[in-house]
Amino acid sequence: MSLKSRSLVSINDFTKEEQLQVLELAQSFEKNPVQDILKEKVVATLFFEPSTRTRLSFESAVSRLGGKIIGVSDVTSSSLQKGESFRDTIKTISNYSDLIVIRHPKEGSARFASEVSSVPVINAGDGANQHPTQTLLDLFTINQTQGKLDELNVAFVGDLKYGRTVHSLVMALCNFSCTFHFVSPVELKLPDSVKFHIKERKQKYFEYTKIEDVIKKVDILYMTRIQKERFSDPIEYEKIKNSYVLKNDMLEDTKENLRILHPMPRVNEISEDVDDSIKAYYFQQAMNGVYVRQALMSLILGVK
Amino acid sequence: MKEFVVKAIDNGTVIDHIPSENVFNVIKILNLDTFDNQILFGTNLESKKLGLKGIIKMKNKYFEKDEINKIALFAPKATLIKIKDYQIIEKTTVTPPEKIEAIVKCFNPNCITNTENITTKFTVIDKVQVKLLCHYCEKITDKENFIISK
Repeated sequence: MSLKSRSLVSINDFTKEEQLQVLELAQSFEKNPVQDILKEKVVATLFFEPSTRTRLSFESAVSRLGGKIIGVSDVTSSSLQKGESFRDTIKTISNYSDLIVIRHPKEGSARFASEVSSVPVINAGDGANQHPTQTLLDLFTINQTQGKLDELNVAFVGDLKYGRTVHSLVMALCNFSCTFHFVSPVELKLPDSVKFHIKERKQKYFEYTKIEDVIKKVDILYMTRIQKERFSDPIEYEKIKNSYVLKNDMLEDTKENLRILHPMPRVNEISEDVDDSIKAYYFQQAMNGVYVRQALMSLILGVK
Repeated sequence: MKEFVVKAIDNGTVIDHIPSENVFNVIKILNLDTFDNQILFGTNLESKKLGLKGIIKMKNKYFEKDEINKIALFAPKATLIKIKDYQIIEKTTVTPPEKIEAIVKCFNPNCITNTENITTKFTVIDKVQVKLLCHYCEKITDKENFIISK
């Protein structure tokens, strides 16, 4: 099915074949990222909560394709501050643009925006729910480093409860017969709704509390940040915080093809001495975001 | 002759085996608070099936299957009895529908439906435990956390 005029709110809005279509086109943008194909198009970027890399990645993707960007990056300057409803804001801005990219702290906001907007909507993160373009770039990166997306052992480490990138990627990888290994403190375990999805797709998953329990058997180690404010008891955070930091010596005897990914920004969960390892791949991963977003927007806007 | 705690009706519908604490929730979701005909109800009645149960009797009111199935959210073991001339003409049970709209709130406080004026929509992902998946925030609301949205 064509992706023209379609919204992407949750990764499951696209079938496996449609996701692969985006990844395939992203490979061509990787080779040739500057093309004048969005010349007549206006993309609205509405960021109702702070974002640096996702917003800049979208804006870089549009600029390299010759498109125009209009947007809100500071909620205090928007008419929402004057009491306008979210519904009215979206309806109005959809009149000014060909595509809306939205990040909003409320979960479900992007789905609602896609229902009231007259133009397609791309979700750039809705609260702790979904972040599907991050998922597409993660899939692109996994495929780039492993040469395949199926039959992989993938470990997710850190805040699996609130980490929306984890939720979306797990759901997408359920299409590819991967085995999941979840490493987190008990307080930050993967939510039941995501486990329900894994079970429904008849995939295997295992849960651990230490990185050392899985690091030698996985192909992808997907690290995420644990935030102190997620803990009701700060003493609990102090007790466990060092258990979820990846250091270079922990990479000894790991698989040759192991690659370490991170949605960024990193704080201290990956020690800087890991950066020089060939297995550290998080900076290349961030770069892939531009190609994947170029591909996605080109398909939705019907120029590819 | 059997003596009824809640008086018999000649024509209409009886909903039996409602958990006592949910009688008023069933009244709300069926909009019986604005119903013109006679309604009789009882709570905390003895029941072999539920311990304590509630019952609602509605004079001259009959329901379509889709309309009544939504009460399964609050009364999954309810029995629906159609009465004509004081006689039982049909006894059925309820099953939760596939989709639920505008009945309960999403339990997730950070869901957009709890701040904007949006009709809630859910998919019933577990008909036995009665678990609802929010169409917007994709989080699960369990039956222990159902709050009527109107």
